[in-house]
Parts: sequence; structure tokens; C-alpha cells
Amino acid sequence: MQPIVSIKNLSKAYSSGHQALKNINLDIQPGEILALLGPNGAGKTTLISIICGIVSPTSGTVTVDGHDIGTDYRHTRELIGLVPQELTLGAFEKVSSTLAFSRGLHGKAPDKQHIEKLLKDLSLWEKRDSILMSLSGGMKRRVLIGKALSHEPRVLFLDEPTAGVDVELRKDMWRLVNRLRESGVTIILTTHYIEEAEEIADRVGIINNGELLLVEDKNALMQKLGSKQLTVELRQPIEAIPESLKDYTLTLSEDGLQLIYQYDTRQERTGITSLMQSINSAGLILRDIHTSQSSLEDIFVNLVTEQS
Amino acid sequence: MNWHAISVIYKAEMQRTRNTLLQSIASPVISTCLYFVVFGSAIGSRIQSVENVSYGVFIVPGLVMLSLLTQSISNASFGIYFPKFTGTIYEILSAPLSFFEVVLGYVGAAATKSLIIGTIILLTAGFFVDLEIQHPFWMLAFLILTCITFSLFGFIIGIWADNFEKLQLIPLLVITPLVFLGGSFYSVDMLPPLWQKISYFNPVLYLISGFRWSFFEVGDVPVGISLLSILAFLAICMAIVWWMFKTGYKLRQ
Repeated sequence: MQPIVSIKNLSKAYSSGHQALKNINLDIQPGEILALLGPNGAGKTTLISIICGIVSPTSGTVTVDGHDIGTDYRHTRELIGLVPQELTLGAFEKVSSTLAFSRGLHGKAPDKQHIEKLLKDLSLWEKRDSILMSLSGGMKRRVLIGKALSHEPRVLFLDEPTAGVDVELRKDMWRLVNRLRESGVTIILTTHYIEEAEEIADRVGIINNGELLLVEDKNALMQKLGSKQLTVELRQPIEAIPESLKDYTLTLSEDGLQLIYQYDTRQERTGITSLMQSINSAGLILRDIHTSQSSLEDIFVNLVTEQS
Repeated sequence: MNWHAISVIYKAEMQRTRNTLLQSIASPVISTCLYFVVFGSAIGSRIQSVENVSYGVFIVPGLVMLSLLTQSISNASFGIYFPKFTGTIYEILSAPLSFFEVVLGYVGAAATKSLIIGTIILLTAGFFVDLEIQHPFWMLAFLILTCITFSLFGFIIGIWADNFEKLQLIPLLVITPLVFLGGSFYSVDMLPPLWQKISYFNPVLYLISGFRWSFFEVGDVPVGISLLSILAFLAICMAIVWWMFKTGYKLRQ
């Protein structure tokens, strides 16, 4: 399948000398949700801004739907919707007018029904005649999303969509993203909320210091990189780890009732079977066992720390 | 052509004018009326006719040009500077728009507004003096060309400026002196020979002279040269805007 967005050897150095992006290569498939994770200043916004036409690349190419963003910008920009990170809105326009304005900018004929549907979907219908500057931060964020969707884009960029918004709006937004995915819209979102990426993304890209450290299927990534923890609960507390279990990297909980075993799913042998046999031989009686996997956040922190 | 985009930009800019009607229309009209009272009636009554035209009538084209130039520049510069200031320029930059379409929307609206103001000032002048226009077609042509050219110039200033001070700098320090010294209120023949020579380096002189010619068939320079001058300035401004959008100067990082 032809990627909807294809980035090849993309670099960006600002006039200040700051190298914001270093040789980025990335293909984004139609209909997927890609979350770009990275700390502040990692280059996420620069990457999005280049694809949308707001920042000029220093070198490399980007195509959207097979068309170059430089030479065929009309086609590529018609397909793209962008929700910027900052609450950049006019002051005196009405909510409904600003959505109609954005639709027109992207070359689409006025469509009152579509705008009405969007306003209702975003819980903005009651505010349709309000002046932008009178809206709360959360409402402004909804308006920005409405503007980005006003021209029915096929690719939607959400730059930190839930930064500084309340839980209700965040959940609303996730529901909206799911609805858009069902309608076939490709979504690229930047975030530093790991929870957000875990919740809605199909693939996760980790970016730091202008470098794309990895892009992986979210589940595969967690499977591949995530270390797991096996907790063995004992019926009777023990004072120390028995000699026969010293070869395993075990830790004993303070109350002496839990043996904790760290293992790596990437290893061919996890050592669980022999551990269980050894525990049995040591005469320990089990009350329960359970495993837990490290979160995307742990993976992210590990990767970024390793790089720095 | 992305006509829908041109249309929404134009309408949004005209709506901005409607929202600030008093500042946009009433203010330039009132200040022009004050010029008529002071220069036309109070001082003009003591000045002999200039090139067989009574002084009150003679200053009408200059006064129209004074308002037209300052209004065109201020409307167009603010029109594009404000989205830069608030950050909403991202929408224009990420829309499927060529530089020409952006210009048609913003500069078209600014020029329309200036044209409305110019027409109102001319009508207002009719209340103070008996105005006869010898070449109405040329008068209209100069009026429209000036509105477009100086709106384009204002657009350039709006892109160039990165603070409100810079936005006011060129209109205040360059345009206003050039208009006042470009024969708005006098014919260059009335100046000493040295100042006459210096005045011919002032581009606004050619503009006012051509416009005045369309009213009274008198001008400081031949009308053809006036027309060529404004067309040349229009072409230069267009080339600069094209370059700004091509290179992303002060627009794209």
C-alpha cells in the first residue's frame, strides 16, 4: 500500500543554527493513528510544521498521497488538517464563521450542514454565535479542532491536542479520534502524555533531539522492549532468599511474602520454568503468581535516557 | 485558482472594516474635512489661484491622495500583520494558496476599503468646493491603481514588520513626508529651483501630478510619466511580495 505520508532524509536547521531534525525517514500508512512521543524541543512540532507547509525543510523530501509538498502543495494541503499546539485563534470572529473561513481557505465550497454537524460533534453548537475571545481555553481547543476538520481532511495532525485540557475534554477528543479513524482519516498526533499514545495509537514514534529513535507498532513495541515482572506470592513469609534460588535475579519484598523476578521478553529463554521448578524444590508454597508489563512510559524514559 | 479562499479572506477583511466602521471610514473623512476647513477655506481664501485653479479646488486631488496612501498602507499592513501577531497566519501558510491568491484576498479588501474612503472624500469635497473632473476615466484609473499599489506596499510592510513600532515606522517617517512634500498642497513651480529639482526625486509627486491632471488637465509632470511611474511601482511591489512568499521571508522559518 502506498503510504499517505512519506518522509525521506528530512533535516531542518533553523537560522539560529539549531538542528531541529536530523535525517528523518518515516512512512505513515493510510488510516493509521501514529503518536509521536518526545520531550519538549525534541522536534515534533517542526516535523509537523514542515509537512503542513509552515516551516521550510533544509533538505529531504516529503510526499503526501504521492505528491511532493513543495511542488504540488495545492494537492497535499487540501488533504491535510492541522490542530496547532498553541491556542492561536482570532479575536472578534464568531465560532461558526471561523470554521467556514477555514473550509473556504482549503478551497471547499461553503457547506452549512457540515459545519453544523462539526459544531454539534464538538459540543460547540450552543456557542456558534459566540465571539472567539470570549471562549474558555477548552472551548478554543475544540474550535481549533473544528477548523482543522472543516474541509474534511484525509490526514489530520494534532499537535499536543490535549495539553492543558481537562479529563472530560481529553476523553471527548479520544472518542473523536476513534470516530475519525473509523471514517478512514489518518491521524498523526504529538504528545508527551504516554497515556494518550497507549490509549489511541496504532504505532508509536519516539523522537528526541531531532532524531527519530524508533517507530513501532504500539503492541509490538511494548512486547519487544518491555521487560516483564513476575511476582510470586508466598503463603509463609521467609527471611532470606534460599541458597538454591541465588542464581536467579530475585528480590524479596520487605514483608518476606513476595519474590519478584525481572525477565526480558526479548530473550529466547525467560527462565520462568526453571525458576518455578527451583521454587518447588526449595519447598516454598505459593499463594498466587502474577506478571506485569512495563508501560510505554517506562520504555520511553529508558530510550530517551539511553540516548542522552 | 482557489476562488473560495480568495472570497473568504476578502469577506473576512471587509467584515473587519464593518466591525470598526468609525475608525475605518469616519476618521479619515473627518480629518479630510478639517484639512478643507483649514487649507481650503481659512488659508485658501488668502492664496491666489494656482495654475488658474482656485486653491480650495487645487488641493482636492492631493488631499484624496494623502488619505488614499495612508489608508491603503495602514489597512493592508495591519490586515496581514495581525494574523502574524496572533499566530493565526499558520492557517494561511498551510492552506492550498499561491502568493497571488493571498494577495488578491488581503490586498483586494484593503484596496476596496481605500477606494470607498477615496470616493467618500471626493463626495465630501463636493460640499466645500465646485469640483469638475475633466477626465473621469483617468481619475478612476489613477484612484484604483493607487489603492492597489499602496495596499500592496502596505502588505509588504505588514510582512516585514515584527512589532507594532515597525508597522508605523514607514507610514510615519517615509510616506507622510513624501506626500506632504509631493505637491499635495502646492504646485512644485511655487518652490525655489533647488527644491523643485529635489522634488522630482519624490515618487509621490508623479502620483499626485497624474491624479491632478485628470481633474484640471494641469500637472507637474506629463500624465504618461505619472502613469508609468505608478505601474512601475506596482510591478516592483508585486515582485517583492512574490519573492517574500517564495523565500518565506518573515513568514516561514
